[in-house]
Amino acid sequence: MSVNPSIIKRANGAILPIGIICVLGFIWAVLVASRGVDPVIKPHAYMYIFAFALAIFALVYGVMQNKFVYNPYEYDDNVIKAGVIATIIWGVAGMTIGVLIAFQLAYPQIMDATGLSWLNFGRLRPLHTSGVIFGFGGNALIATSFYTVQRTCRTRLAGGMWPWFVFWGWQLVLVIAGTGYLMGITHGQEYAEPEWYVDIWLTIVWVAYLAVFMMTLAKRKEKHIYVSNWFYLSFIVTIAMLHIVNNVALPVDWLGAKSYSLAAGVQNAMTQWWYGHNAVGFFLTTGFLGMMYYFIPKRAERPVYSYRLSIVHFWTVIFIYIWAGPHHLHYTALPQWTQTLGMVFSVMLWMPSWGGMINGLMTLSGAWDKLRTDPVLRLLAVSVAFYGMATFEGPLMAIRYINALSHYTDWTIGHVHAGALGWNGMVTFGALYCMVPWLWKKKNLYSLQMVEWHFWLSTIGIIFYITAMWVSGIMQGLMWRAYTDLGFLEYSFIETVKAMHPYYIIRAVGGTMYLLGMFVMAYNVWQTIKGRGDAVSLTDEAPTARKPAVDAIPELALGE
Amino acid sequence: MKISKLHDFMETRSFALMVGILLTVMVGGIVQIAPLFYIDSTIEEVEGVRPYSPLELAGQDIYVREGCYLCHSQMIRPLRDEIERYGHYSLAAESMYDRPFQWGSKRTGPDLARVGGKYTDDWHVFHLTNPRAVVPDSVMPPYAFLNDKKLNAKLIGAHLAAKKAIGEPYTDEMVALAEADIYTQVDPDSDDIDAFLARYPKAQVRNFDAQPEITEMDALIAYLQIIGTMVDFDEYQANINDNAR
Repeated sequence: MSVNPSIIKRANGAILPIGIICVLGFIWAVLVASRGVDPVIKPHAYMYIFAFALAIFALVYGVMQNKFVYNPYEYDDNVIKAGVIATIIWGVAGMTIGVLIAFQLAYPQIMDATGLSWLNFGRLRPLHTSGVIFGFGGNALIATSFYTVQRTCRTRLAGGMWPWFVFWGWQLVLVIAGTGYLMGITHGQEYAEPEWYVDIWLTIVWVAYLAVFMMTLAKRKEKHIYVSNWFYLSFIVTIAMLHIVNNVALPVDWLGAKSYSLAAGVQNAMTQWWYGHNAVGFFLTTGFLGMMYYFIPKRAERPVYSYRLSIVHFWTVIFIYIWAGPHHLHYTALPQWTQTLGMVFSVMLWMPSWGGMINGLMTLSGAWDKLRTDPVLRLLAVSVAFYGMATFEGPLMAIRYINALSHYTDWTIGHVHAGALGWNGMVTFGALYCMVPWLWKKKNLYSLQMVEWHFWLSTIGIIFYITAMWVSGIMQGLMWRAYTDLGFLEYSFIETVKAMHPYYIIRAVGGTMYLLGMFVMAYNVWQTIKGRGDAVSLTDEAPTARKPAVDAIPELALGE
Repeated sequence: MKISKLHDFMETRSFALMVGILLTVMVGGIVQIAPLFYIDSTIEEVEGVRPYSPLELAGQDIYVREGCYLCHSQMIRPLRDEIERYGHYSLAAESMYDRPFQWGSKRTGPDLARVGGKYTDDWHVFHLTNPRAVVPDSVMPPYAFLNDKKLNAKLIGAHLAAKKAIGEPYTDEMVALAEADIYTQVDPDSDDIDAFLARYPKAQVRNFDAQPEITEMDALIAYLQIIGTMVDFDEYQANINDNAR
């Protein structure tokens, strides 16, 4: 498409600060590599050196070649395309590790590698959780938030090169954190395992993300901020707060890997689960609700069911969620009043959570028939149903007496996966299946039949997974507290482990099915991008071209 | 101003919306976290709890590095079956020097809050080297490589210094002697035993893995053997005023 050269903009404003950040990072990494006394951090120093050198080279080369130019009246979609691909790659990787460690628990004598420390469950488990939460989920959130905020604000992403900084910076976070877990570099707090030097880099990237999002909102061409963006904004702002507070630590050596948290014991436990539960609350809930509020109405071609309900449930969900953390610490050495607050707010949370579910599902009013014909919309709708199920189960498990049974068992694992696989996974699949033809300007996906396969593989996989975990979790909880007639504990601990074996197998099979679905999606997306099958390319001139991007900025904006 | 008007105000102003969100999400954390740094029951000190000896700390760092906390809790809840299975319920003070805390969230394996002294060193070496040789139905991964990895004792002083800077009651002497104390703790014939035990009461002094070098296995077992043993529960009275808050 030819554009008037006078409107072409250069992204010079962003290049200098990004360059300075990269140069400072490079210098620190060189110091670590040359002067550091801690051998375990050296591989990471070389990785940082490589990444920053590459970034500096790309910046210099791009400026010399005049590459960083853009049309301010076009959406910035290339960074979203990159995000879609990254989401799929990290999803496949993270879920593959998940299946691997599920089989390690089912068949330890075959799957455990004696002598290879980095293949042990303890090192792989954080790689699995971070890979899917921050790799798959994080990339999906960044990509969809960039997509949604542009369309609903009718303006290009702010910041020129900064969105690309966010994208590549996030990949660097993931690679350094993930390889660190394999090497045994961990801060040791669940879902906050990266060490201090990754945390600082993550903070820089996250602040840039917040700035890009806020500045895009600030220059919007719509008076009102659309509901999706409230949710995305609450996710970005709150994660920044949680991440910074939970990771306050003193490095043993500024050129070494290890650090110690400022808070210890009880205070550390409370801070960690304030963070941990709200990583669920704000990363995996409000962020993905932002996704739901854009892609379900868009795909169903129906307005959001109730604007008033979205206001009420937005403010209540973000206010109440943050209190729920102590339900991870029932009956521990945390004061009882704190535990009780956590329990009460968790139960209260049920209502705003279901407010969101009702708002999402009822948006399908008048379009229910599409669930039969459109597997993409079905993925989105079923994801909301799983959200409703998980947010009912969560408050239940947060009740002190139920928690006494469920805590420390597989029930928790099942609950998490009902949310992660059912809600986060499926809503992401739905959003990706929507976005890929829109972004790459194709008439359709390569194959809707493959989406059907993906839908059923995931749904049945999830059901295998969570039912196995319900049975094994409740059974193990009951076995731990079983007494004989003579008043002795009936089972030794290892007997309860032995009883888990069949359920570990079923879980691993369910996870494998879900992973297979992921491969089906990867293939389908790849073929769509290639323009095969039903994915007929739409040319810019064709009248249908604007249909996917129906709310794109009209040409008349060029005259401004 | 009606609440819906307030929302209208924020919905048309991006920065007001951001500030509104931030204020809303700050409340819960402030109420739940801030008091824990001040109230008695969470900052109480209990007789016997002391900072870890250098070898124990190195062991705890290995415990964290290998992700043991992902399958083992260290938090005995005051429930009948847990107390009978594992021992006295855990006190807040017992984890006051754990950075990060080791309460855990999942018991794929048993709780370890009172594992210290429960098994012999040999049992731990055999079990960590090949868990299923000792417990046939175990699903624990093997940690045989700890036998072959020499402990890097050079850096331990910096670790103690960092913990001291955060506020743990390590003395300058303890930091200065940190590396030497690692050698002392695995050598029952050392001349420094008495001084070492004065610094770290109840620390167990012996060659934990029966190998001549100091390995990571030594450190990990030294840590496992101290867990939950610092407080003497024959003396501890939960009901006296100081402990019944």
